[in-house]
Amino acid sequence: MDLELLLDATVAGLLLGGFYAALSIGLAIAFGLLDVPHIAHPAFALVGAYGAITLQGMFGLDPVLAGVILAAPFYLLGVATYRFYHATFESRGSDAGLRGLAFFFGVAFILEVGLILVFGIDQVGVRAPYIGQALWLGEMRLPMRLLVAGGCALLMAALLILWLKRSFTGRAAQAVAQDETALALVGADPVKVKQVAFGVATATVAVSGALLVIVGPVEPNMARIYIGKVFAIVVLAGLGSVPGTVFAAMILGVSESIMLSGPAASWTPAVAFGLLLAVLAFRPQGLFGR
Amino acid sequence: MTIHRRTLLAATTAATLTSPLVARSQPAGAPIRIGFSIAQTGTLAAGGRPSLLARQMWAQDVNARGGLLGRPVELVFYDDQTSAAQSPGIYAKLLDVDRVDLIYGPYGTPVQAPILPLARQRGKLLFGNFSFRANEELRYERYFHVAPFGATPDAWPGAFVKLAHRNNFRRLAIVTADAAGTVALGAVARETARGLGMEIVYDQRYPFNTVDFSAVLRAIRSARPDAVYVGSFPNETAGIVRGVGEIGVGNTVQLFGGGMVGLQFAPLLEQLGEAVNGITNFQTYVPEPTMDFPGIREFLARYATAARAANVDVLGFYLAPFNYAMGQVIEQAVRATGRIDDESLSRHMREATFDTVVGRFAFGPTGEWREPRMVQVQFQGVRGTDVEQFRQAGRQVIVEPEGLASGQLRTPFERSRR
Amino acid sequence: MSDLALRPAAVGGLSSGWSRFWIGAAAVVALAWASTAFVANEYAFFATFVILQFVVLATAWNILGGHCGYVNFGTGAFLALGAYVAVALHKAFDLPVIALVFAGAAASALLGAFVGLLTLRLRGIYFAIATLAITVVVETAVLNWDYVGGARGITVIRPHEDAVFGTYNRMLVVLMAAMAVAAVAAARWVERSAFGRGLAAIRDGEDAAEACGVPTLRLKVAAATLSGALMGAAGAPLPLYMNFIDPHSAFGMNYAVSALAMPMIGGTSHWIGPVIGAVLLGGAQQAVTVTISSEINVLVTGLLLVGFVVAAPKGILGLLKR
Repeated sequence: MDLELLLDATVAGLLLGGFYAALSIGLAIAFGLLDVPHIAHPAFALVGAYGAITLQGMFGLDPVLAGVILAAPFYLLGVATYRFYHATFESRGSDAGLRGLAFFFGVAFILEVGLILVFGIDQVGVRAPYIGQALWLGEMRLPMRLLVAGGCALLMAALLILWLKRSFTGRAAQAVAQDETALALVGADPVKVKQVAFGVATATVAVSGALLVIVGPVEPNMARIYIGKVFAIVVLAGLGSVPGTVFAAMILGVSESIMLSGPAASWTPAVAFGLLLAVLAFRPQGLFGR
Repeated sequence: MTIHRRTLLAATTAATLTSPLVARSQPAGAPIRIGFSIAQTGTLAAGGRPSLLARQMWAQDVNARGGLLGRPVELVFYDDQTSAAQSPGIYAKLLDVDRVDLIYGPYGTPVQAPILPLARQRGKLLFGNFSFRANEELRYERYFHVAPFGATPDAWPGAFVKLAHRNNFRRLAIVTADAAGTVALGAVARETARGLGMEIVYDQRYPFNTVDFSAVLRAIRSARPDAVYVGSFPNETAGIVRGVGEIGVGNTVQLFGGGMVGLQFAPLLEQLGEAVNGITNFQTYVPEPTMDFPGIREFLARYATAARAANVDVLGFYLAPFNYAMGQVIEQAVRATGRIDDESLSRHMREATFDTVVGRFAFGPTGEWREPRMVQVQFQGVRGTDVEQFRQAGRQVIVEPEGLASGQLRTPFERSRR
Repeated sequence: MSDLALRPAAVGGLSSGWSRFWIGAAAVVALAWASTAFVANEYAFFATFVILQFVVLATAWNILGGHCGYVNFGTGAFLALGAYVAVALHKAFDLPVIALVFAGAAASALLGAFVGLLTLRLRGIYFAIATLAITVVVETAVLNWDYVGGARGITVIRPHEDAVFGTYNRMLVVLMAAMAVAAVAAARWVERSAFGRGLAAIRDGEDAAEACGVPTLRLKVAAATLSGALMGAAGAPLPLYMNFIDPHSAFGMNYAVSALAMPMIGGTSHWIGPVIGAVLLGGAQQAVTVTISSEINVLVTGLLLVGFVVAAPKGILGLLKR
């Protein structure tokens, strides 16, 4: 593979990684920090995507704007979900992980069927002036829809990092991940803190969904194909690290793109997930994990 | 919800039916049951649902005409979720518990693969549904495939490669999804190209459900091909078409497309709009003057009404007419033989010629059409995103085979997109 | 917490003595055999094959999952590996079914041992995601394995009739019944042995167990190997049942989710739990597929998962105990 192709593939991979980061950031909090086995995360994102489609259909809104508007109801959805999850699983004992996993699988299936019943099984998408356009950078052409996705991902990541470092609930969320009892001793209610954190994570998922449908048309059974990828990214990053998640997403995107432009493109998934296994072999806590 | 939709569908179809026709006699007696599984969910649901709709339309039509042998036709079907693991059990239930008289095949080559041996074990007549060369090995004499593929690979997917060869394009790139249907397409394209002495400059499979094709398209471009054969499924088709528009595939490319699934269906055409211009792709039917079969326009108009009510592909060019034709074949065979058992019908179907909404055809020794009728069409002059424009001639111009051509191939590829 | 002390009282009547177990097991196999002579309806055998396959998978999963506490997302890989090894050997040598089953079991046992070694450094969800990664790697390898058809899959020619059982399918059902019995026997043995107690100690507190001298790695590798072997054995007859195999159906997410959900629904604390879960969820899925059908299939699975998880925290066994 010549150097120019390699460079092109790397740039394409960074853009793809930006898209993956957009999908995974919410999970870095929900799963990485709060230990909730949120298998339904991609399904929630898909609901966000259909929400953006609906808002565009009704009001002609730009999909990113639609995603931001949906963040508020999604925050409430996140709070409600966590409340239910905590009451049903976390407070009931040791088997919580397995049962929580099964629960979220069930939720993901129910959401998928709901989408089929409301929207049908055909592909649907959104329109935006930047979909289909490309930005010229020297000899390279960068698809705008991926730039938008990546840009939003970085912005979301930055905001989340700020929130985690500067706000009380953000710092409390990090603390609760490390030591719940200590937090309680300081006077903060750990459950309330986790509720807010999960709500924030779910709010970002609304935007993730909008970005998902900007990158390509969606259909109800699409969530399944992302489950493996987003969890792999969050685990590769090391649980709880938002900048780590962005970095891991980039690594996945670049490794995939380089493989895709080479002579063994059909082996791409093995390389991507093999990379994960290799990292875990040497650093079981992930790249940036605690 | 399905029940609600079926009722709505029945109501609308009945309404459109009874206006032009007068119901001659009400069919009576024990129903003739036709059983099948179909992909209502899963990866191929976008094709399964229009197939189902067309089959239901025929059942309603034939009952309005007095049924078969005076008896009403009843369809018994279940969702196989596009899974080869589900279909055997479903067909066993259809035959043993529901006791259906006849069976149709499911949609999807892998989903049908277990059913052909099963049908042979039971001596049942089996209709294929766009499965690829399913009967090559088994040579079961009661398998009939109402699809324009033909028995040899030349017609399809070889047609794209032959088109390239005829136009003196010598360097071929082959890129397909690593999934059942598309790998088979790629294999035949490769075989045909080698047979014609063309040079294959790029030959890769990408993982099913790949999201972004920038890297793949760049690699293809650096191989400097004249023609690019693509085998892709709808999600990837969207990514590839967008990618081609955004980053291009190089100015050496004259011909692009071939086996992209999804461009036959309204939902994706609506999404992509003008981005499809210039792409040459396979189709089974387009409303060009060379394909104006008797009854096809009226069928598609009625189908469109039913499709809108059922929330499926509203154009219905690809699968629906052929699934309707399956019923017409049964109807004509039953009328000719006066029987509904598999042996009598099969014997008749092996010899007879049928007149249907997809034209006149006869079956060859492996159950495929004696004369193939797959076409390669080039998207030309597509404006905006309204899919109704595809009902007019001139938007999907037939460029191969020469006998059915309705226009000129525009090259090179990148210029033809403007 | 360990339910060892509660078990005899909880599921009383089933627990005492191996002799009672083996009588019951023999009865199951005899019933399967007899049914091939008396049941005319071929469909019943298709459905029963699938449910019995899930009994084996759920039981196998529970050995590593319920007893030892390591959640395996990769059931699909083990099953598919067994299926594909069987297909490759069938294509090359046309061996009897039993040989294919052992070959499939052996291959997946090796994979299981590898997965067990992974547990050395990976805990909890890291392990689960690692098994998911392994599934993708194995699937990619199979997609690139042209001998067995790659993405196109491969048609399997096998006889329709069987001298002893009538049809080949019926023979497969009896084979599956025997496998289910073997799997359950293995699970029962694991439960009652020192091996099983060691696994339970790992589940309840691995570091403490190690500190007490439990050879945790050896036990985990053994559990994973056994679990894998059973799953591979269950996979081997699948291509013969379907007359066909392709990666899409073999590696489907349905197996991974079901193998996890069935023990959870039935109860993870006793070997009968996965059996109950498999019969219940598997039976429900089969029933819905050929009745209401369409997207309601997936909805029923989802509702069952959510319903049981919320209402029956310890599965059906937990409900029965109360």
